[in-house]
Amino acid sequence: MQKITYAAECPECASEVTIDAEVRVSEIIECTDCRSELEIVSTEPPELALAPDVEDDWGE
Amino acid sequence: MDSVTPRLGILASRVRYEEKNIMAALERRGAEFEYLDPRSLFVVGAAQREAPSFVFNREIGHFRAYYAASALEAAGATVLNTAAATHVTGDKWHTSAALLDAGLPTPATALAMTPDAALKALEEIGYPAVIKPLVGSWGRLVTRVSDRAMAAAVLEYVAALPSPQSHVVYVQELVPKADRDIRVVVVGGTALGAMHRRGTEWRTNVARGAVSEHCPLSPAHAELAVSAAAAVGADIAGVDLIEDEEGRVTVLEVNGQVEFRGFQEAEGSRVDVADAIASLLIARAAA
Repeated sequence: MQKITYAAECPECASEVTIDAEVRVSEIIECTDCRSELEIVSTEPPELALAPDVEDDWGE
Repeated sequence: MDSVTPRLGILASRVRYEEKNIMAALERRGAEFEYLDPRSLFVVGAAQREAPSFVFNREIGHFRAYYAASALEAAGATVLNTAAATHVTGDKWHTSAALLDAGLPTPATALAMTPDAALKALEEIGYPAVIKPLVGSWGRLVTRVSDRAMAAAVLEYVAALPSPQSHVVYVQELVPKADRDIRVVVVGGTALGAMHRRGTEWRTNVARGAVSEHCPLSPAHAELAVSAAAAVGADIAGVDLIEDEEGRVTVLEVNGQVEFRGFQEAEGSRVDVADAIASLLIARAAA
């Protein structure tokens, strides 16, 4: 079966980022061009933002 | 309760491997849930008709996770892990105190109210020892000190930190161990399995490049891990055990927001952590 993907613009380098149709809102992906960590802020339409920086109290 | 609102909510500001797989497992089991982003969450102190009545708290930030759990509980929701468990597991001292209170083996630990007092506490604990931040994970800022001079230098930096909480210092003996520790994942009072985390540096965190390997789960390790999870009140926990050179096993940490990607990869088809969590959530949400 062919995988469905979407494209959105990287907010850091403006390159086109391919997004798997199975992503969920708030999932973190990486821009293949500039390696920025990106957050899926919307799936319909696909929209990306820079992922938040790691904070002091983050962890498992 | 609004009839169209799912009873189950998943609270997480980052959807990582763990959250994504738990959501997929819930969907495979036909369970409806609502995704809640803590970055836009506020709770007015009265019961919220629209809010899910059962919330699985996967928020990555400790303070936001704790206060979100507390606020949602105040609004009438049941939260897993509870706010109390989140409070304990998110703070290394509270975890140590709970383990000690339950009579479980844990490395010699001291909480010093000032960096100067920490230096004195280290004299009692002995060197090498470890200075750890109370909150935070992935081994960040955990510092191994081999002697008094090094400890004094590190504590001088600690004293210069701006946050008053940073001046309360958690120090612990460094247990001589092999290049690995044991992580046991506990879900709903059952130990699902164990893995070794083997690293090239002394901090064997997967986030620091440690490798996950399957480890046969002994009944003794399972019992200790389940007791440790119960001691901190956590329904879901990653319990870190270390074995010293004489084979004595102690509980190092209990993580209430357990990451299980490495564990799942090491376990393969032996266990499905996401599905076990989904099963627990469905049962608790229906209760």
